[in-house]
Amino acid sequence: MSALLSIDRLRVELPAAKKGMRTVIHDVSLDVQAGEAVGLVGESGSGKSMTTRAVMRLLPEGARLSGEIRFDGISIPGMDRRALRRWRATRVGMIFQDPRAHINPVRTIGDFLFEGVMLDGRLSTSQARERISHLMRAVGIADVDRRLNQYPHELSGGLLQRVMIAAALTTEPELLLADEPTTALDVTTQEEVIAIIDELRRERGLAMLFITHDLDLAAAVCGRIAVMYAGSIVEEQKADALGLATSHPYTKGLLAARPELGRRERRLQTIEGRPISAFEVGDGCAFATRCPRVRDRCRQERPAPTQVPGGRVACHFIDFIDAAAGSPAVGSGGGTR
Amino acid sequence: MTTLGVASVVIYGAMFIVPGDPATLLVGGSKPNPEALAAVRRQFHLDDPFWQSYLRWLSGAVRGDFGVSLVYRSPVSDLIASRALTTILLVAYAAIVIVIAGVGLGVLAAWKEKRAGVVITMATTVMMGAPTFVMAVIFVAVFATGLGWFPVFGAGSGLTDRLWHLTLPAFALAFSWIAYVAQVTRAAVRDEIRSEHVDTAHARGVPERLILRRHVLRNASGPILTVSGLTVAGLFAGTAVAEQAFGINGIGALLVESAAKQDLAIVQAISLVLVAAFVVVNMLVDLCNALLDPRAAGRAAR
Amino acid sequence: MSVLQVAPKPDSREITSWGARFDGPTTVACVIVVVFTLAAVFAPVIAPYDPTQVDPSAVYQGPSVAHLLGTDNTGRDILSRLLHGARSSLLGPAIVVLIAAVVGTVIAVSAAWIGGRFDAFVSRALDVIFAFPGLILAIVAVAVIGPGLLAPAAALSISYIPYIARVLRTAAIRQRNLPYIAALEVQGFGAVAICVRHLVPNLLPLLIVQATVSYGYALLDLSAISFLGLGTQPPTPEWGLMVANGQSSIIAGHVEQSLYAGLTILVAVVAFNVLGQGLAKAFMGDDR
Ligand SMILES: Nc1ncnc2c1ncn2[C@@H]1O[C@H](COP(=O)(O)OP(=O)(O)O)[C@@H](O)[C@H]1O
Ligand SMILES: [Mg+2]
Repeated sequence: MSALLSIDRLRVELPAAKKGMRTVIHDVSLDVQAGEAVGLVGESGSGKSMTTRAVMRLLPEGARLSGEIRFDGISIPGMDRRALRRWRATRVGMIFQDPRAHINPVRTIGDFLFEGVMLDGRLSTSQARERISHLMRAVGIADVDRRLNQYPHELSGGLLQRVMIAAALTTEPELLLADEPTTALDVTTQEEVIAIIDELRRERGLAMLFITHDLDLAAAVCGRIAVMYAGSIVEEQKADALGLATSHPYTKGLLAARPELGRRERRLQTIEGRPISAFEVGDGCAFATRCPRVRDRCRQERPAPTQVPGGRVACHFIDFIDAAAGSPAVGSGGGTR
Repeated sequence: MTTLGVASVVIYGAMFIVPGDPATLLVGGSKPNPEALAAVRRQFHLDDPFWQSYLRWLSGAVRGDFGVSLVYRSPVSDLIASRALTTILLVAYAAIVIVIAGVGLGVLAAWKEKRAGVVITMATTVMMGAPTFVMAVIFVAVFATGLGWFPVFGAGSGLTDRLWHLTLPAFALAFSWIAYVAQVTRAAVRDEIRSEHVDTAHARGVPERLILRRHVLRNASGPILTVSGLTVAGLFAGTAVAEQAFGINGIGALLVESAAKQDLAIVQAISLVLVAAFVVVNMLVDLCNALLDPRAAGRAAR
Repeated sequence: MSVLQVAPKPDSREITSWGARFDGPTTVACVIVVVFTLAAVFAPVIAPYDPTQVDPSAVYQGPSVAHLLGTDNTGRDILSRLLHGARSSLLGPAIVVLIAAVVGTVIAVSAAWIGGRFDAFVSRALDVIFAFPGLILAIVAVAVIGPGLLAPAAALSISYIPYIARVLRTAAIRQRNLPYIAALEVQGFGAVAICVRHLVPNLLPLLIVQATVSYGYALLDLSAISFLGLGTQPPTPEWGLMVANGQSSIIAGHVEQSLYAGLTILVAVVAFNVLGQGLAKAFMGDDR
């Protein structure tokens, strides 16, 4: 069975400030099935955005990409301009982190929404208007007509992000890429926006790649979760199996570092050491500089992903980790379909 | 407005700052006899307190009455009016050249960064250092005496003939400003191209052409307009050099001539008019900017 | 596979390391500036002829071994005139920039330090000066004081103050709010002492950049004024004056004098411009 989106050994290098190239994505492989929600979780700087940008072909000037990205079997890096434009316009929707920066400030909300629908070319103006009003209400925007004539600076961040979600859905895509869609919002708005995304996605049977730095959030809306560290995916698991015995030490660290409601801890656990960037990773395991269980082999040899029940983990000592079962699983929410 | 007010005080007050008798200055370089001096004093009310004579001068200026030139022996406003059209034509011509070439080159440099960016940046860096009078010399040598395409001097008569005569002066005047506008345009357009909302447009499959027009140029128009306006306003000062270099009988040349002859009445009048033109253009630009940017409009409405 | 490449990042932005970070154009510009300055200083030694020596038997000579750049309409050696012309052509802008830099720095630092109403007043005043075209101010000054280097240079010194003070003021305000200044104040150092010993030295790179770029434009403005016949007066050799002087010969087909003088001005202005941008890049890491 072929996946809707299939990322295969993706590697991205960016031009460094001085000379040469810096690897920011290291052999990332990840599949998203039609209708499935997959979470991509990692600390900031771990390469989540670069991964989505590689998928959308929005990499910065001078970036070098290798590996393969397929959408419905078609190679995205191989598309010509027209095909790429067509694909972006009809089959994929993207929600960016900061709606205020990502929506043109000098055009109205209506301009923004219509621009997307009309590109499709399949709808008449009145059909487009109808679809937009419908979607606006679906994302929880009440006075549609007034909002359409307003400018972005007249809307709150939460409302703008709803507009962005509506815009992403206007062309009825099959895949939604959401890059930290709530990070720029305040906490109460975050929950509403997540709920809207989750609900609309399920209703429409959309596939989604959901990027966040928040494991719990990912577990709440995604069936499967990939954990990223320093440009590599260290673990991929079913959401409800995360943190079980066979998890990667980094995932365990992340889980242990969460503050938990109702449990006053003397001190939050943190992962020792400084998070590193992908280009700082040598030949060994990306997590070797911070791993509590690091051995010599970890510093010399990059671990290949090993199959474990429910997913795969890239760790040399996955069997040994077994013995030291610790943290509880995350509360599980969404599943596939 | 403040600028204009301060400018008028400076322009008028300048003759009182220097040691010596303002009347002597107003008579012009020549050796004055006592009766002439007394006449000048009376005409310009120099025996009144400064503010009184200033206000008298200013209220005259507002009505278009700048007094009588002692060198030319005719009303200053007549002298200016008879030369105004040529200068305005020259400024308008140069302004059009600057905006078209400058914005065009700037957009091209930013949009085709790889192919055109470096070349245009280098060219504009050199152009920025090319003063009007140097370009005048080069243009005359190449296009007038060399190729014989354009007349060497004068302003011509009749509209087409005038434009014909004003072509070299306008381009000489425009030359370094083109580069300036191009560089600012390039920076503004490049900032916009790299902005996140343009990423969004790409991600939504908006065609390049539309992205350039709707999201890049539209958004970069603020700084481009501002710098264009500033440039056009600056052209009024530049006419002094261009007209002198090409022997065009406009306001700028009159200003230079009068300065050399120390005919203060004319110098004051022209400086004030030029500064006023400068200020008015800048105000227009601010106004347009407010109309262009919904955020600024919101702020301005308060 | 990538080897561990953790070389220490060259993030130190100290002035000591700027020499290594000059790119090609900046180096060339630097050389040109030095050469021009040397030419001005040693003009009497290196110039082959007296720049004011008229020779009716040798007018409009083309380039030759005797006259490398030829002679002008009165038979004066163009190269010698250019070399001597460097003196007044380069001295004028130096005066302008020096005055503008000193006054501009004092204004900027005191505005940043005192703040409040004074700062608002200074900003407004700078805006007004900025909006007043320097060329016109210079012409007014000439009309009042009389032609020569003095009047336009004095006028331009005022015109160029905003170019320096505006940028420095912003930077000074940023510096003012840094903890180290507060620390010095707590230690009981006086305002003047802190400004002179710490604030101004930290603003120095920026000041040098602004002064360098301003120098180029002051040179351009002053030579334009000379060209108009309102600045340096003949027979003193000056570049702008040479362009004007050679104008009448162009119709007769002798472009040399105007052209060489014009190109010299152009090269000088561009060199100062490029040098200024290069310095900005080297000092501030400004990659524009
Ligand atoms: N435009 C860029 N040029 C060079 N490096 C970049 C650029 N953008 C991001 N990076 C680097 O790429 C890495 C991954 O960044 P990113 O994908 O944005 O992380 P995340 O989205 O997980 O926070 C980081 O180390 C970051 O420093
Ligand atoms: Mg990110």
